[in-house]
Amino acid sequence: MKPRRIKAIAVKESLQIVRDPRSLMIALLIPLMQMFMLGYGINLDIKHIPLCTYDRENSQQSLGLLKRFASSRYFAVHKLDQSYAEVTHDIDAGNCTIALVIPAGFSQGLNDAGTGTVQALIDGTDSNTANIAANYARAVISGFSGDLQLQAIQRRGGTVQTLTPVDVQARVWFNEDLESRNYIIPGIVALVMAIVGAQLTSLTIAREWERGTMELLVSTPVKPLELMLGKLLPYFAIGMIDAAICLALAVFWFDVPFRGTLATLFFTTSLFLIVVLCIGYYVSVSIRSQVGASQVALLLTMLPTILLSGFAFPIDQMPVFVQGVTYLVSGRYYVTILKSVFLKGAGAVELAVPILCLALYAVALVVLAARSFRKTLD
Amino acid sequence: MAGDAGAQIIVDGLVKRFGSFTAVDGVSFDVARGEIMGFLGPNGAGKSTLIRILCGLLRPNAGRALVAGIDVTVDPDAVRQRIGYMSQKFSLYNTLSVIENLRFFGGVYGVPRVKLEERIRFAIDMAGLAGRETSLVATLAGGWKQRLALGAAILHRPAILFLDEPTSGVDPESRRRFWDLIHTLGAEGVSVLVSTHYMDEAEYCNRVALITRGRLIALGTPYELRRRSLGAELLAIEREGIVNAIELVEKAPGVHDVAVFGSALHALVDDAAMRAPALVAYLADHGIAGATARRIEPTMEDSFVHLVGAATLARGDPA
Repeated sequence: MKPRRIKAIAVKESLQIVRDPRSLMIALLIPLMQMFMLGYGINLDIKHIPLCTYDRENSQQSLGLLKRFASSRYFAVHKLDQSYAEVTHDIDAGNCTIALVIPAGFSQGLNDAGTGTVQALIDGTDSNTANIAANYARAVISGFSGDLQLQAIQRRGGTVQTLTPVDVQARVWFNEDLESRNYIIPGIVALVMAIVGAQLTSLTIAREWERGTMELLVSTPVKPLELMLGKLLPYFAIGMIDAAICLALAVFWFDVPFRGTLATLFFTTSLFLIVVLCIGYYVSVSIRSQVGASQVALLLTMLPTILLSGFAFPIDQMPVFVQGVTYLVSGRYYVTILKSVFLKGAGAVELAVPILCLALYAVALVVLAARSFRKTLD
Repeated sequence: MAGDAGAQIIVDGLVKRFGSFTAVDGVSFDVARGEIMGFLGPNGAGKSTLIRILCGLLRPNAGRALVAGIDVTVDPDAVRQRIGYMSQKFSLYNTLSVIENLRFFGGVYGVPRVKLEERIRFAIDMAGLAGRETSLVATLAGGWKQRLALGAAILHRPAILFLDEPTSGVDPESRRRFWDLIHTLGAEGVSVLVSTHYMDEAEYCNRVALITRGRLIALGTPYELRRRSLGAELLAIEREGIVNAIELVEKAPGVHDVAVFGSALHALVDDAAMRAPALVAYLADHGIAGATARRIEPTMEDSFVHLVGAATLARGDPA
């Protein structure tokens, strides 16, 4: 292997990239766009559930309950309906996910029997949201009943302490505010890197075949490994710039807490980048057409990383067989590493296992990609 | 340059098949040091395939090919270090400048750094591109591109040069300049194997191999091919509308073969001096008066047409 030849290839490839400013812009802008689209688009927190109300009583107590809903950050009052027909229409039209109906005898029941009933109509089309909406509604109502009890006890001269025999003080670690964004964004960084990295190299060999320059290149004494290293070097540099852009956006724009070290972050990122660049290169060697290679590279990186890396869908909730498959997805290791580095401040020691897996993955793909290229036209 | 004076290329019984199609069918020849060998044949004859095998780009199905004494199937990279190759399709980088292309190939071929600038200078001067070093290759006209490709192919001073239809699509002036360069290289001891489908270019070669349908049907100097291979003498028969009388001429006594050349007929006869007046009389007897017949020197094209016809007959294929 001659460094001279690797350098010649790398210089040539860099010149070609620089001479094609459009593709360079794409290489640098696409991660930016994807970070914004996915960063804002994927949000697993459910807040401001649209709510319609139909208050058939209009008493002080019924208004008090509705006020509680209105002031909760989980609900946003969409409309005050005046009939069942309106309620039905709003649910059907999707104007609200939940409708709260307060019957005419609500405060009467509370005062006489000590219990009142309200009706919550929930749109169950999205069962997950429906469940969460029902739970939030229950929480708001039980808060309301608690206050009523408190008032009743105070009126009878009781003490407040008797009310809460056990007080659970839950403390959430690593993502104290339970913001889904904090664990989604590091996953999105991994997703963007996987897509962009493979895209960068998916064109490089196919372009030489399409433009007819490959015939001359294979007639030179250049070795397949030299060709690969020379071609990957400039894209590695671009990939690291992309990574820096994505990580900076995560920290400074999306305010994801960053508790790890930059050294761990960039070391693991370069390992992952090697993996995805080699995937793109391998595809480019195998397919020999730029359009085809770019499509296949997208498919090979985007789908597994979205579905099987655990970036949004927890791996331990998957069927056992699928869990096994996730070990074959390089994104799985990088997502684990990124989440831990960001939120837990984990270092190389704590992350030894995923880092080792990623490193093995990188070595295997370098070998695979280097061997895939044959210097022949057959 | 290569030191030995023996054959630089030795090809023996080479066969290359693509599926059921045989592109190269048992070809054997050799090329000496400093010799310019031309491959002449129609498109699809197998010239490019043959050159690609010799450059180590395709693996033959049978036979042996030694280039600079090295078997191309055993150590293709050692062969590649010793050869220069110009493919049929222009294959330098269009988005790179003249000098960037040359530096790239200099680096890939491992031209010693101390010699690189001088060799690049030489290539640029040879191609007539002085002053255009920083122009993008895409902006160059055909003739300059071809000469630049040749310059890139000889940066590492190869002992053997393979040129696959280097002059196709280039204007006549550029073609002549290009052949001057090839002769200069040959004089310096470089063996050149060049393919073409221009008959006139075959005359510039030391030896010519006629190739059709994957077979080498004749090999010799242009002079030898023109004369010996015909084994007869050639008459040009001229008269208005004579082309329509081709079947009549074929049946005339002493005529071996007839072919149309422009508005005339070229007839291959056993004895030109005797047959010329006899043919004119024969035509007059058959109602075609006023024709002339004179002896001519056969051209490469005559020879080629005749040899291809003979080879086709020998194989029993329909013409």
